[in-house]
Amino acid sequence: MKYWRTHLGLFFPLLVVAGLVLWPVVTGNVSNRESVFTILKAIALASSLNILLGYTGYVSFGHIVFYGFGGYVGLYFINEQGWPIWAGLLVGGISSGLLAFLLGKAILRLRGAYFALATIGINEAMKALINNLELFGGPIGMTLNFSVYKAYGGAAQALGMSFYIMAGLTFAALIASHLVRTSKFGLGLQAIRENEDAAEVMGVAAPDSKTWAYVLSAIIPGMVGVLFFFKNGNVEPHVAFPLHSSIELLVMVMLGGQGTVLGPILGAFAYQGMRGYLVTSDIFKNIQLSVSGVLLLLIVLFIPAGAVGWLRQRAPVFRRVLA
Amino acid sequence: MTVLLSVQGVTKRFGGLQALTQVTFDLPEGQILGLIGPNGAGKTTLFNAINGTYPPEEGRIIFRDKDVTTLKTYDHARMGMARTHQIVQPLNELTVRENVMVGACFGRENQSLRHAADIADEVLEFVELKVRADQLAGSLNVAQKKRLEMARALASRPYLLLLDEVLAGLNSSEISNMVETVKKIRNQGITIIMIEHVMKAVMNVSDRILVLDYGEQIAEGTPEEISKNEKVIEAYLGDPKLAEKLLQED
Repeated sequence: MKYWRTHLGLFFPLLVVAGLVLWPVVTGNVSNRESVFTILKAIALASSLNILLGYTGYVSFGHIVFYGFGGYVGLYFINEQGWPIWAGLLVGGISSGLLAFLLGKAILRLRGAYFALATIGINEAMKALINNLELFGGPIGMTLNFSVYKAYGGAAQALGMSFYIMAGLTFAALIASHLVRTSKFGLGLQAIRENEDAAEVMGVAAPDSKTWAYVLSAIIPGMVGVLFFFKNGNVEPHVAFPLHSSIELLVMVMLGGQGTVLGPILGAFAYQGMRGYLVTSDIFKNIQLSVSGVLLLLIVLFIPAGAVGWLRQRAPVFRRVLA
Repeated sequence: MTVLLSVQGVTKRFGGLQALTQVTFDLPEGQILGLIGPNGAGKTTLFNAINGTYPPEEGRIIFRDKDVTTLKTYDHARMGMARTHQIVQPLNELTVRENVMVGACFGRENQSLRHAADIADEVLEFVELKVRADQLAGSLNVAQKKRLEMARALASRPYLLLLDEVLAGLNSSEISNMVETVKKIRNQGITIIMIEHVMKAVMNVSDRILVLDYGEQIAEGTPEEISKNEKVIEAYLGDPKLAEKLLQED
């Protein structure tokens, strides 16, 4: 009984994502599949960011650095060394995790706005570094040899396979988020979020916990990067490290509800829906990012807990099922 | 009697301010040590030095025969040293039960989540907060938050409990309630150092008392000795006669 109650919170998130994944499979529509791919990617990235932002309370404005860096490393091994996709994904995830570990040791001692600023600096520094790194193609980036797709039965098959890998990564991100939330480790993170000094007095080894939270939040973005660049067939520095995407991720997490498993899913879904409308609308297509900025402002001012957090505060019934 | 905590020549400076000067004492197991002194005497600073929040510049802290002077606060907590804060520090967005579970999970016994929940319920019962267990900690009033601080510390099953003004801001019935709680904790075998301004209470529960003034240890002894110590009375009130009068009123 207790076991079921602990894991009840995973029910809605799994249901929503399973529904999303099944939609293009059932309709057999390739354009639907591409839309869902974009949404799944946003969900996986937002859920990962949530481990740091929502559970630990550290705002990262440069989280996309892990997506770009992992993506570059993975694509390099797939393209230049002829590694299979799964090995590329693995090495991308591991290298992003490693990067987060080293960065965490250096900048997680900063708190609040200082940490947020440092994360922006890191993203820009990494972009500049890759821009000048001949190994990764410098400013031109890398283009996938078409022959790489042959191993998977051609480009069309490779794209189809990418969708299912994306679905797998999204489920992995959700389960990781849920496990962190319901674990002792996660309780320590939440204590740090609420009051880091008090948490340390109670025995939470904050420096280590924060570093591991950072590492966990970096691994899946690294893998998503590899997959996305593999599917796209090329990677360039400005595509890999777009600062505005980091901010869009923040909006998604805040919109849906930070510190919950379901929140980033709903936030990512709603934001991608809105973005899809804005970029195709004549009035908004050029000021699409301004709309996100205004949205972030409104959330912070009026519903800082996000949609799911708001519901949980209103009715105790939701506290049990929405996690 | 075994010595649980030994503070040896502890000195702490904040820039030009001499916050603690050569504070030295031994605390035997199972006792309550009252720590008193006027505002700004360095009482909370001494707690911060003992539990590693601000390690001292000179001197050593020996806890259960180990030198813990330069260890981090969380290492102290894991070794069995727990504290409450003068200014309450609840984890507002977590429930009361979760707050206490943090103490149980990361304190001396390093409990699993499931056991921590049981310990939390037990400790909340003890400090009479059981009915509030599912409420958010931020929604408690001050007296309840003080009890929550106590519960979090107790849930770690500490050897040593540092209580920083748990009586401040409480009304008289809440005070006598809390004093009873402190006595019960001591009877469980937990050693306590308590900083307190409510004289009657601290004289009543302490086995020994240590007096700080401007960071210096001006007296140490039993409550009776301290209440008759002229240096203490002067430091506190300036006028020994006034002090006698106040003590009689109590």
